[in-house]
Amino acid sequence: MKPTPFDYTTARSVAEAVALLADPTRDAKIMAGGQSLIPMLNMRLARPELLVDITRIPELSHLTVDASGALHIGAAVRQSRTAADPAVRRGWPLLAAAIEHIGHPQIRSRGTVCGSLAHHDPAGELPTVARALDARFVITGPRGIRTVRAEDFFVATFSTAVGEDELLLEAVFPPPPAQHGWAFEELTRRHGDFATVAVSVLLERDSVAGTVRSARVVFSGAGPVPVRLPAAEDTLVGTRVGEEALAAARRAALAGLSPSADVHASAAHRRETAAHLLVRACTTAWERC
Amino acid sequence: MTPSVPVQTTVRTPPLAEPSGWHRITLTVNGEQITAEVESRLLLSDFLRDRLGLTGTHVGCEHGVCGACTVLLDDEPVRTCLALAVQCDGVSVRTVESLAPGDAPLTSVQRAFHECHGMQCGFCTPGFVMTATALTEQPERPGPEEVADALGGHLCRCTGYRNIRRAVCQALDERFGE
Repeated sequence: MKPTPFDYTTARSVAEAVALLADPTRDAKIMAGGQSLIPMLNMRLARPELLVDITRIPELSHLTVDASGALHIGAAVRQSRTAADPAVRRGWPLLAAAIEHIGHPQIRSRGTVCGSLAHHDPAGELPTVARALDARFVITGPRGIRTVRAEDFFVATFSTAVGEDELLLEAVFPPPPAQHGWAFEELTRRHGDFATVAVSVLLERDSVAGTVRSARVVFSGAGPVPVRLPAAEDTLVGTRVGEEALAAARRAALAGLSPSADVHASAAHRRETAAHLLVRACTTAWERC
Repeated sequence: MTPSVPVQTTVRTPPLAEPSGWHRITLTVNGEQITAEVESRLLLSDFLRDRLGLTGTHVGCEHGVCGACTVLLDDEPVRTCLALAVQCDGVSVRTVESLAPGDAPLTSVQRAFHECHGMQCGFCTPGFVMTATALTEQPERPGPEEVADALGGHLCRCTGYRNIRRAVCQALDERFGE
């Protein structure tokens, strides 16, 4: 349970970090909070030649709301700081709630939001929330800066749109609809474990009609990437989220999800649980609208 | 507890085992300023135990599950098996040894663990005590859910959680009033 030898450096700027990643002579890996990477190093599942610590780069420690109302979370910003931030709790309560499901305070005190997103464990909490909130990812590298939408960001298990020679600079969360309700529901064997199944729900209320104007339903633990389920969303739009709509959403989840089996749950159990959590989450989200 | 003039200690560099990166770091451990040369891959847990002789920090799982190795980094509980020593340049570390050094009286948390018998075999205790210490240092009393969440970050294989929770509640009562 000790890492293989590697070199370590503290990047002082984004340019320096990108230059280190581009060095063809050494296999470099970015490290932020290290709460996913260090276990992999300890178990020797990861064997980088060089670790580039980005947590001391001043331009990555911002947690700000811009003029358009979008939340910017820099790559060095820790989960505990994000969840405790008053602006985040007010404007993006789904994000704050999901962070509180990550491990324990002893993990969140070091772990970063962008680190979890770039690591992309498909059973993780943040990828599903990023998809539900339609987050944007700002990535830099030798070919310049680009922005990727959440639906294109998560590629496969432990794989994202961030290239080998690229660095995730920040995650940007657009302002949620003015009148919205949200819910994050998760099944784990113990609190703090990775999700067997989790669901993020975001409902926008049409204040004139008193019904759902738009809905976002995204699962984790249901595939190699966060799974958005438009069929379930369609059953909710235009309704007051009553018994009928919830039953239809449940059927949509049972029909539309094809999770895999593992030691924690069979595929059938996972699908049943996902449908159940969806009903619970939709009910809660509607109550919060 | 913290000396008014920090004691300066330089830790000797052990012979190079392999040609990997070495770094000079300066950090504060239990109020003492320490300068040391560390290998990149040295975990903070091993630095504290093997290089500084602070064996109160226990090493259990070494991949971030059990919480036995928890210490306070800049006053926040952190798993030392998920931190590299080299990352801690400029950081303040408090281990269980900082709580009642020498003949100093036990802290309220230590006393509560003693009085409530918040332990069985005691292996996980240093981690629990450090997390509990951080809870008592918060500006406001943490709620029951927050306490449960924090204690959930530690595994007690003797299943002694009941008394541990009683001990933490006693320490919180003493700090914040019942």
